[in-house]
Amino acid sequence: MKKQDILILYLSNSSLESKVIGWARHYGDKKKIGMAGDNDSPPYERGIEAIHDGWRLFQSSQLEQHSKGDEYRTGYLKYEFFFEKIK
Amino acid sequence: MKKRKKNNFLLTDNQMAEFVSKGYLIFENIIDNKTNKKFLSEIGNTSTSLNKKNADQTWLAEHYNEIMKSSKIPLVKAGTPLKKAYKKNSALNDVINNPVLSGAIKSLVGDRPKLDHHFLHITFPSKYYHDANQKISQGNHNDCVIDPREKTFDIQLFYFPTAVEKNMGGTRYIPGSHFRMVNELAIARYHNIRGQKHVVCPAGTVIIFHHNIWHGAGINNSKKIRYGFKIRLMPTQKQVKLWTKKTYKNNHDEEALYWNKGIEKNSIKEILQKTEPWFEADSGRLDILNRIRLWRHITNDKNFDAAYWLTRIENDYN
Ligand SMILES: [Fe+2]
Repeated sequence: MKKQDILILYLSNSSLESKVIGWARHYGDKKKIGMAGDNDSPPYERGIEAIHDGWRLFQSSQLEQHSKGDEYRTGYLKYEFFFEKIK
Repeated sequence: MKKRKKNNFLLTDNQMAEFVSKGYLIFENIIDNKTNKKFLSEIGNTSTSLNKKNADQTWLAEHYNEIMKSSKIPLVKAGTPLKKAYKKNSALNDVINNPVLSGAIKSLVGDRPKLDHHFLHITFPSKYYHDANQKISQGNHNDCVIDPREKTFDIQLFYFPTAVEKNMGGTRYIPGSHFRMVNELAIARYHNIRGQKHVVCPAGTVIIFHHNIWHGAGINNSKKIRYGFKIRLMPTQKQVKLWTKKTYKNNHDEEALYWNKGIEKNSIKEILQKTEPWFEADSGRLDILNRIRLWRHITNDKNFDAAYWLTRIENDYN
């Protein structure tokens, strides 16, 4: 059975070429667990390096307009990219 | 430490700016060993029920129940003034009355804060758990629901009565995340964030966190139990100039962005503009704006700015 590995990257702007600022791994192999704080160094410096390494991008976040009166508000990380490898 | 007059252990301007910028202050080894030992003896024997461990984890709740009954840590009603929360001669009373810490508390939330809640976090070595699935760290979160307060903030004291070694899974936290308005574990998807830190400290360390800082507990891979005692305090007054009587006046001699002779090292303006490794290019600028806004509030200096970050967008002639 082929299984899906997941890589989630958060980048510093909306371009896939930009710097990785956050990351998470999930494994199709149930013996491996991805979890908070499991690695202090990013798997790639920039988002595009995941593509170079054979990851397939299957989702990225949309750009959303800032709402009136809420221009200063910051919250969730904005530039989220989901990748997969089928093994 | 230099001898200072009583009540003169208030934070410095730079420490306040650090707190505004990063969302925490660390006081390493501030509590003496005698008090640390006293605290550990007051919480009682925390390993008595560990042999009851079972797959559905009920032992953990039972264990906490036992400790709540047997320990000397009081059940304090929410909203109790901090001054009335702990018995004289108790270790926790010694902790909050440590001159440096009480100065820091006063500087941040005033001299009559209320206790929101307190809690003894006990993180057992992973070998105590029934199966390997329990070896999962706590996801990143903040300790609130969506908190819409813009100026007022609570603080959380984290007191570590024993040393926290690297393999003990000390609290992971994200410096500078305290302005990010999110809802608790909604951010658990963010497993790792560039610049994340993990508490590793000597016994008797206290970290004061802004209530909104992103954090999560790590896995304890050591053989020792890890203890962290949390005290959440809320102010009962405006958090304006609680640490100083100085009149802050911006001299309007503002360094321009980037093309300048360099911002003075360790100046308030430098501290407030220091970006975190995880800041996005755009939202990171908003984080700087939010720091400047909070600094304006706590200093009551409405014209304060750094490199025109706010002045630039306030120049509206409508
Ligand atoms: Fe928490």
